[in-house]
Amino acid sequence: MSNPTPPVGPGLPETQTMVSDTVTAPAPERQGRHAKKSGKPASLWTDAWYDLRRRPTFIISMIIIVVLLVMSIWPSLFTSIDPFNARSCDLATARQGPSAGHVFGRDNLGCDLYARTVYGARNSIVIGVLTTVLTTVIGGLLGIIAGYRSGIVDTVASRITEIFFAIPSILGALLIAATFRGQYNSILLVIIALSVLGWPMVYRIMRAAVITAKSQDFVVAAKALGAGSGRIMFRHLLPNSLASVIVVGTINLGNFIAAEAALSFLGVGVQSPDISWGLMIADARNRFLEAPLPLVIPAVFLSITVLAFIMLGDAVRDALDPKLR
Amino acid sequence: MANGGEPVLEVRDLVKHFPLNQGIVFKKQIGSIKAVDGVSFDLHRGETLGIVGESGCGKSTLAKVLMALERPTSGSVKIGGRDIGQARGGELKRMRRNIQMVMQDPYTSLNPRMTVGDIIGEPYEIHTEVAPKGDRRKKVQELLEVVGLNPDHINRYPHQFSGGQRQRIGIARGLALQPEIIVCDEPVSALDVSIQAQVINLLERLQNEFGLAYIFIAHDLSVVRHISDRVGVMYLGKFVELGKDAEIYDRPAHPYTQALLSAVPVPDPEGRERRERIILQGDPPSPANPPSGCRFRTRCWKAQEICAQEEPLLQIRPGTGHLSACHFAETHDVVHAG
Amino acid sequence: MKKTSADVLPAVGGQGNEPLLAVDNLHVEFHTRAGVVRAVNGVSYTVAPGETLAVLGESGSGKSVTAQAIMGILDMPPAVIPKGEIRFKGTDLLKLSEHDRTHVRGQRIAMIFQDALSALNPVFTVGWQISEMFRVHRGMSKSEAMKKAVELMDRVRIPAAKQRVHDYPHQFSGGMRQRIMIAMSIALDPEVLIADEPTTALDVTVQAQIMELLAELQRESQMGLILITHDLGVVADVADKIAVMYAGRIVENAPVYDIYKAPAHPYTKGLLDSIPRVDQKGHELYAIKGLPPNLLDLPTGCAFHPRCPLRQENCVTDAPPLYEISGTRGSACHYWREVLDGERR
Repeated sequence: MSNPTPPVGPGLPETQTMVSDTVTAPAPERQGRHAKKSGKPASLWTDAWYDLRRRPTFIISMIIIVVLLVMSIWPSLFTSIDPFNARSCDLATARQGPSAGHVFGRDNLGCDLYARTVYGARNSIVIGVLTTVLTTVIGGLLGIIAGYRSGIVDTVASRITEIFFAIPSILGALLIAATFRGQYNSILLVIIALSVLGWPMVYRIMRAAVITAKSQDFVVAAKALGAGSGRIMFRHLLPNSLASVIVVGTINLGNFIAAEAALSFLGVGVQSPDISWGLMIADARNRFLEAPLPLVIPAVFLSITVLAFIMLGDAVRDALDPKLR
Repeated sequence: MANGGEPVLEVRDLVKHFPLNQGIVFKKQIGSIKAVDGVSFDLHRGETLGIVGESGCGKSTLAKVLMALERPTSGSVKIGGRDIGQARGGELKRMRRNIQMVMQDPYTSLNPRMTVGDIIGEPYEIHTEVAPKGDRRKKVQELLEVVGLNPDHINRYPHQFSGGQRQRIGIARGLALQPEIIVCDEPVSALDVSIQAQVINLLERLQNEFGLAYIFIAHDLSVVRHISDRVGVMYLGKFVELGKDAEIYDRPAHPYTQALLSAVPVPDPEGRERRERIILQGDPPSPANPPSGCRFRTRCWKAQEICAQEEPLLQIRPGTGHLSACHFAETHDVVHAG
Repeated sequence: MKKTSADVLPAVGGQGNEPLLAVDNLHVEFHTRAGVVRAVNGVSYTVAPGETLAVLGESGSGKSVTAQAIMGILDMPPAVIPKGEIRFKGTDLLKLSEHDRTHVRGQRIAMIFQDALSALNPVFTVGWQISEMFRVHRGMSKSEAMKKAVELMDRVRIPAAKQRVHDYPHQFSGGMRQRIMIAMSIALDPEVLIADEPTTALDVTVQAQIMELLAELQRESQMGLILITHDLGVVADVADKIAVMYAGRIVENAPVYDIYKAPAHPYTKGLLDSIPRVDQKGHELYAIKGLPPNLLDLPTGCAFHPRCPLRQENCVTDAPPLYEISGTRGSACHYWREVLDGERR
């Protein structure tokens, strides 16, 4: 017999929390987060959803995200000024501070900063979210297959990712974006360029998590029951490997929005007259000391967006861990 | 309980070698680990065969091969006359319904992100023909009751249970498909002493209720004696002795069995100074390179010339009533001596 | 010159008839987010030179925490020792400064752990790790210390010690690693050795080797040995006296022969009845019902009462003290007489 918990440690040596077994012990029961009746079947996902709805971090982050999404779809709901209309800008008022009707003041070209920030949300969020989704799906899927299959599949996939890792990502994205420039929509191009270079990170994390999960006995137990590869990968390995991928994914989201700014600055990303937060930050850099607001405002929006997604990721990760509920 | 009739499990000359490779791109086999090296036995309905041996003797590999989690290198594992070692695809899946396992570690053998209902119900999702969808939940609750857990706890997660309760969940999962054979690989060794007895009693009750046949693998010889009808003693991938529980424990014939039994501490200090103790020297040799002839000869006090040259077969030796693999087999009660 | 442990603690003998080591009414709590875990609730025991005390208990009984408190290796916080004394030759270790404590730890009181592989550092040779004891505590030169390491490895019967001294921990088998751990623990001739489940991870034949080695070393040096285990068989084999722990308390203590002949606490009795034996085939095992207690929320009165077949009303309300049965025996059960008599029928 061995002690399943390590005997020495900062936690509770020799302790485990127990819930009563009503058949044998009348010990007081530690109530879970909600009194579950045996009537309705529960699953990880329904329980996670039940749990999420009660988490303040989830509610706050979802409110922010919904506002941002509405802003990217219908920017005119938030501002009556159309920043694409040349007449809305006036060079004579460039870098003017906040005033009535122009809450954040005006940028280097005399355009309304608030309106531009609102209209910039669409491109930034589309790029950030779609790139994150693409990299997570591609990297995650390949990672789970390579981690589970091991052998030749793993070797080949891992060597390929190492090649991708060797390419400096901005340089690689620059190359892709520059090569195909003009042939495709510039936003789509940015998404593809960032995704092509972003997935290996997710792949590595997923693969490592799957390899850890794979060695656990419950996977052997599932095989002994006759479970197929699909069931083992998606019912057993995926839920137990998702946590670190979610964390990386949400952190990546911010990086992608920032990377878009770098590409725009280098002249291959979103181009004027299109607007994006990255582009706005790039444009405002030179005059930052005279007029900080044109840089600060889009940067703050970007930070809030990234923070909201990181909070969402944390909440989802915790909700998917029954031990933390 | 060990009655005649058709055995439910027939194992013949089972061999499992793991290749030892060198090189990454151009693999070259430089040898092999002979984890299981020629094991044969029968298992009858309602019978418990205990398998004891020290770590590295191949008992866990044997369990994996019986469960078709590893393919045998040679030999056969016949369940109901069909060889599970050769079965593929749908046939293998069907055969799995008849042989299930209970694992050692109740903390890693249950998926922490599945509810108890999903864990015990998974066999029905894999083998959809066993129970129609509408019945599954009821069946899971029945199983929970059978293993002594509260059926209302179906929506809980494994971490909400203690080690002993988790082991009950693992047993319920093993029972779901109503197998004839359950392979128990160290099912109580991770549990507290006061909980071990509960689980052992449960396993015995289930055996009587459902006529299960157990392969009971453990390193704890006392537990194996308690639960087994017959016992096989393994050393370096082979059975060195196989017989009824009383034959092995009261009249062991192989020196290794005698040493093993004499090393087991008896929970009674009375006469502890007089008790016979055979302390084996050193560690078992590597299964990659077992000794010639008798594998135990390097640690055996009876070893002679012949032991290095001729491998003793597992057969009934003169003066003993059961199978043993020693040229100098001689029964000697070490447990009750003194 | 370096301060040695002799400067901190009086030499052999100590004051009057103080035992070698005495734990007195020790309490240990862990302050965690979930609440206060009362891991040890008033434990007292003593060890004399050459004596083997077995501390028997299941996980969560507090047996290891007590040992860690003696060694001074508890992480504080979260651990807190609100009450109690640990006297080594009359000196309360809990009152010593951390600096003085390090002179006791390892030199006068040493400990071996269950998992030898994780207790040894994988990137240093075993010789280096054993000789470190001599270099650090005895100020020996490298070559001198290495020579002592080989001697020690010989003493714990590691074959070909001279060659193997340069091997790394992973190159040894489990039993050999445990021998290396033992070699390290006895390097500085400690007077008390605490062995925390030293053979739990080992096979029976290796377990027998290790227990024999410990007994031999103890005979040679007259160490006091505290053997922490859950294995009633091992205890019966080697112990002089036993302290049975449950929920952070000693529920019964007695000389080893007495307790196996006639336990005086229902928990001890239940344990003895619940283990299968290699020398006889029993019928159904007696199973103590229920589960070990939740240390965050101990039962009122006697902590064993929810699982006890002899429970009476006062067991739920009054915590039994450790009743003295004889000069050497105690039981923390209101009904110890009934338990004893039941056995003597």
